[in-house]
Amino acid sequence: MLYAIQSLPFLWGGLLITLEVSALVVFLSLVAGVVLGIGIAYGPRWIYWPIRIYSDFLRGIPLLVLIFFIYYALPLVGVNFTNVMSVVVALSAFEAAHIIEVVRGAIQSIHHGQNEAAKAIGLRFTQRLLYVIAPQAIRRFLPPWINAVVDTVKGSALVSLVGIVDLTLAIQQVIGRTYIPMPLYVLGAVMYFLINYSLSSASRRLEARFAYIRE
Amino acid sequence: MSYHLNYGYIWTHFGKLGWGLVLSLELAFVSILIGMAIGLSLALAYTARGGLVRRAVAGYVEFIRNVPLLLLVYLVFYGVPSVGGFAYDATESFVITLSVYAGATMVEVFRAGLAAVPRGLIDAGKAIGLTGWQRLIWVRLPTMFRIVLPSLSNAFVSLFKDTSLASVIAVPELTYGAQWINTNSFRVIEVWSVAAPMYLVTGYVLLFLLQRLERRFSVH
Repeated sequence: MLYAIQSLPFLWGGLLITLEVSALVVFLSLVAGVVLGIGIAYGPRWIYWPIRIYSDFLRGIPLLVLIFFIYYALPLVGVNFTNVMSVVVALSAFEAAHIIEVVRGAIQSIHHGQNEAAKAIGLRFTQRLLYVIAPQAIRRFLPPWINAVVDTVKGSALVSLVGIVDLTLAIQQVIGRTYIPMPLYVLGAVMYFLINYSLSSASRRLEARFAYIRE
Repeated sequence: MSYHLNYGYIWTHFGKLGWGLVLSLELAFVSILIGMAIGLSLALAYTARGGLVRRAVAGYVEFIRNVPLLLLVYLVFYGVPSVGGFAYDATESFVITLSVYAGATMVEVFRAGLAAVPRGLIDAGKAIGLTGWQRLIWVRLPTMFRIVLPSLSNAFVSLFKDTSLASVIAVPELTYGAQWINTNSFRVIEVWSVAAPMYLVTGYVLLFLLQRLERRFSVH
């Protein structure tokens, strides 16, 4: 137990890496996911199909396989990223594929009458999207998106497998020195739990708040 | 310098990937069966009892869903034997982890399924004189299974992908086989460009087969 407390400053460093990687991935995947999600909801066939294939492909392979693939294969084709950059790319690409579906679902859940009414009063596409569709779709988007954020934080634990000292690898390293696995794993689990539980309870509160919206 | 693709090493050692895939499927299958048993009993306990039981079940679900699976894998493989004074092999330990993990998903699935059984069906069961247990076995459970079938197939495919984490404790499944070839030959692009489609194709074939099953048993 004493060792677990003494190791806290070291774990703190790992926790910061976990949070930094997660925050970067959340941002990148949100931008990519929203742009591609709008593309898949409104785009013509030549935009729709590449995004569809991208999304179905990435959602069909395990995140771990994607991380190893990108981590090992990028340097061979001449792209030299640091290890942090390459896992950020892998995680963002993976989470973006999920967010595309969340965005598509949110947009398509809005009754098409809304879009037609906006057309009838003469709004252009961007105006319809910004003033009519987005304000309604965002309520359907937020709860599943926060679940995707929780998945990102959980998925970021996999970066420890390519040698980045995040919370998970920091725990492993402390255990490697002290040989007391159980208290440290429990401590780590509690740390992840606190981060993710506060996120998922925020998601539930939002869901309850938007529950009044019915077709 | 350009990189020359050479798949020779992969094909000579394809057994590592092929048998790895079989083990991955076995791990996912056993885990979803145990997970369903955990999930069903806890969902029934949750629905039947209030207070403490509910809070305990909710606690289990929240804990598992908010902690990375990787950490749970480590915790069960390295952590638990260190305090329990016993040992199990990596495969057993991973099956336990994945089952407990699947159980948390299954509780939610079955709980929603039980709540979605139409009230009228249960009342009709009461009207023809079925006891509580009889209603459960002949009315609520069969209806619930038909309602939750799509969620079950998604959960199964998802678990199949999660079996890739077994590679970190050296369970010789597909990802482990791919890593073995990777470190022994450095044929990096080749091996992952074979392993990734193996997951992809297997996942979609499973989904296709399960969707046919869903149509067969559809409520509508």
